[in-house]
Amino acid sequence: MHRFANPKRFMRLSGVLLPWTAGLSIVLIGAGIYLALFGSPSDYQQGQSVRMMYVHVPAAWMSLFCYTSMAVAAAVALIWKHPLADLAAKSAAPIGACFTFLALVTGSLWGKPMWGTWWVWDARLTSVLILFFLYLGYMALINAFDDPTRGYRAASILVLVGFVNVPIIKFSVDWWNTLHQPASVFKMGGPAIHPSMLTPLLLVGVGYTTYFLWVLMVRMRTEILAGKIRAARLRQVRGPVSAEG
Amino acid sequence: MDRFIRLVGRDLRLAQRHGFDSLLVVVFFVIAVVLFPFGVGPEPNILARIAAGIIWVAALLASMLSLERLLQADYEDGSLELLVLSPVTLEVIVLAKILAHWLTTGLPLIIAAPLLAVLLNMNVEGFAILILALLLGTPTLSLMGAVGAGLILGSRRGGVLLSLLVLPLYIPVLIFGVGAVDAAIAGFAFKAQILILAGLFLGTLALCPWATAAAIRQALE
Repeated sequence: MHRFANPKRFMRLSGVLLPWTAGLSIVLIGAGIYLALFGSPSDYQQGQSVRMMYVHVPAAWMSLFCYTSMAVAAAVALIWKHPLADLAAKSAAPIGACFTFLALVTGSLWGKPMWGTWWVWDARLTSVLILFFLYLGYMALINAFDDPTRGYRAASILVLVGFVNVPIIKFSVDWWNTLHQPASVFKMGGPAIHPSMLTPLLLVGVGYTTYFLWVLMVRMRTEILAGKIRAARLRQVRGPVSAEG
Repeated sequence: MDRFIRLVGRDLRLAQRHGFDSLLVVVFFVIAVVLFPFGVGPEPNILARIAAGIIWVAALLASMLSLERLLQADYEDGSLELLVLSPVTLEVIVLAKILAHWLTTGLPLIIAAPLLAVLLNMNVEGFAILILALLLGTPTLSLMGAVGAGLILGSRRGGVLLSLLVLPLYIPVLIFGVGAVDAAIAGFAFKAQILILAGLFLGTLALCPWATAAAIRQALE
């Protein structure tokens, strides 16, 4: 892992990987959505509305996955002071927040025809809403300090403190018998849905993940370049002084 | 233990010398609760139905307003740095400060709560459980809030940011606190909610001083 701590090497590696992850995500999401809309059956109970599952469920998976990656990156940054880990966490946060928002909105749109309501305060919806606030709090905290390093360190602790919410979200449908349906894919005994529905679901899920990696690399490259610009500006201000000193 | 008591005493003496302005938090609590009958109408049945929720939310907000004072003043005049350098473990120092904070803000809230419950026409069965739940809940709020207070040291707009950071973590305490009081009023068993509140309190008691100490250390680096 320390091999990749060099920003220059990261820029080279990500420059190579970027077009591949971009292409792969477009292909996977495209294939998944095609199968979701045309290649999979409609539900016996929900009819065509079940196709919203193929957007909603992978987005919810990604919201947890992004937060977990942020927590891992924050732990790496705090323990080993890996220079790119802070950047990774900061870059992942807006993507995770957008996936969480997407999950909440598509869930709400799906809930209206299915459950008859836009929103209900059941365990899973409430805990995902709390996750969304945790993302927003993280992004606010990182930008709240004049010294960026302070922001990274404080935000790393916040991510780790908030990580307790992730298992709560995962097991909320098991612990509380409420409106949101229990787990059908990631549970003991394997997935309980038919392959014709599971395949597009997993395709979109992996597609979202490659999309996340694509945008993550773009954002991290931007952060590294922004740091270079900041350093160059400081050098420009300090330049004449050091020439005499 | 002796040092712990002396640290608590220091913070209490400081609060006293500042004229107990921590009691302003209780005034905010009372005013916030009193606003609700003006907002939702004075009909007693409606107020009785939402009384537990109003009191808990107002206690949450009042508790949060007072959190900045936990560490900010010491951070600004440099005494926090001296405390960190002292031979006493930072986690013990943090715990002492949280205890003093709860004694000056949480405890007055608990004393004021039954009076406000009367104002909101809450059912008599709920009073005892309200006090018990607040006794378990307000220290939990102080503990969780201390982590937030440590994270925002030296930041811009710290007070507002603190609410965004800490309120999502407060929500479970709110849910079970109100759940306990509502269950007691309706005549159902409330033992589960009280036990969960106690569990949350013990969990935060174990983990939050450590997290707050980590936050303070990174703020002073």
